[in-house]
Amino acid sequence: MLLNDLLNHDSEWLKGTGPNSDIVISSRIRLARNLDKVAFPHWANKKQAEETQKVIIDAISKVDYLKNSTVFKLAELDAIDKQFLVERHLMSREHAQKSDHKAIVIEDQEIVSIMVNEEDHLRMQVMQSGLNLFEAWNIMNRIDDALAKELAFAFFPDWGYLTACPTNTGTGMRGSVMLHLPALVMTRQINRVLSAIAKLSFTTRGLYGEGTQSSGNFFQISNQVSLGHSEDEILENINSLIRQIVEQENQSRQASLLRNKAMLEDRISRSFGILKSAHIISTEETLELLSMVRLGCDLGLIKDIDRKTLNELFIIMHPAHLQKLQNRKLSPQERDIERAEIVRVKLKI
Amino acid sequence: MLCDVCNKNQATVHLTEIVDNQMTELHLCEECALKKSAEMEQQFGLSDLLAGMAQFEKPTEEKESVSAKCQNCGLTYADFKKIGRLGCGECYGAFKKYLVPLLKRIHGSTLHFGKSPARVTKMSNKKVDLTALRYKLQQAIEAEAFEEAAKIRDQIKELEKQQ
Repeated sequence: MLLNDLLNHDSEWLKGTGPNSDIVISSRIRLARNLDKVAFPHWANKKQAEETQKVIIDAISKVDYLKNSTVFKLAELDAIDKQFLVERHLMSREHAQKSDHKAIVIEDQEIVSIMVNEEDHLRMQVMQSGLNLFEAWNIMNRIDDALAKELAFAFFPDWGYLTACPTNTGTGMRGSVMLHLPALVMTRQINRVLSAIAKLSFTTRGLYGEGTQSSGNFFQISNQVSLGHSEDEILENINSLIRQIVEQENQSRQASLLRNKAMLEDRISRSFGILKSAHIISTEETLELLSMVRLGCDLGLIKDIDRKTLNELFIIMHPAHLQKLQNRKLSPQERDIERAEIVRVKLKI
Repeated sequence: MLCDVCNKNQATVHLTEIVDNQMTELHLCEECALKKSAEMEQQFGLSDLLAGMAQFEKPTEEKESVSAKCQNCGLTYADFKKIGRLGCGECYGAFKKYLVPLLKRIHGSTLHFGKSPARVTKMSNKKVDLTALRYKLQQAIEAEAFEEAAKIRDQIKELEKQQ
């Protein structure tokens, strides 16, 4: 697979299917693993890092489940390619920063991706559409077991998997769910919900993970604690929390429909109108308006546009995607024009 | 609007910073924004938080900890406090004494209940299971879930018999 093949490719997790896919965009499991007695990436010298990369890529090639995957060395990718992978949620922003002996392995369906020499030797992720944490964990667990046959992982029986940062020690697992919560934001209940989440030791982040602001009413919720509970317990906890938030969002949506239908319809239709007719539009504005259109779809107020098209637009409207689609570097102004064009084409009924 | 830093490119990133209750606004072009964000991450990273969390019960321990060093990778505890990352898996053994309270603060626990790699399972599964079960028994009793507790007690007996 070539990197550019991803451009014309439907990511499995963007399909807009799976349980609660009106509110839950995607579910993701991330697992951190390190090689026993080998210096962690930030502490390794060049030779060690090179060796680690070799050993891991070799092991990955022996895993049956990953036979349809491609290895990309970050040193061989340019800045736009790296940003492109970040925008597709296949890679972290941190991984894109320095590229020495870093690699990323991407499975053809984009369900699985593995970062080599990120903060830990291995950062593996499995993505699924909708609220599907347990299915994601099943896949992840099998890959982890297969790799453990090839590699000796750093592990203490009492403390579990040992990671570069003690915040990941134990299971080394984060389960995270991407939610679209426009009604809770509109009715100003979101802060109450977010502060309740924080009290239960879960973390909320924006569309692109650590340190990003939430835009387009997207919230990523994940577990903070990785030690002291089994993987299943942790996922059970996130799952039941997410179900409650989904319920709250649903209630808010129904209440808004009941009380302020005209206002809601007005906002949604105006958003749709701008997206269908704008010729220059920023990332931020597109996100906000698309969010309203998606809500309109969910509520049946906008017909003829499917969730998948909208989910895809949320990704391809980002700078690196626009530049890859055009196959050249674009200035921020050119991108705003290009973005408006793509949105207009995709939303034309 | 031009970028406040380079004054050359169009500003596309707008940053609000609050330092000592003083709010400042910065308008940056993409290039300068990238530099700025790298700077900010360095200024206040996770390492600061972690270092703050790793408080010691006795002042003598803090002195002692500075010279502690991992024999496998050469990282010292002082390095860890500075960068907030350990050097290798063996560091966990080398700094065990200091990491126990830290893990407890971060996770509220110092005992792993999750899966183990296939290789380890053979050697230490029983030991892990027993520790985990005893802990669960304790919790069940505290929660007055006696039916659950009885089940766990039977499992413990069964495991002990096998050893």
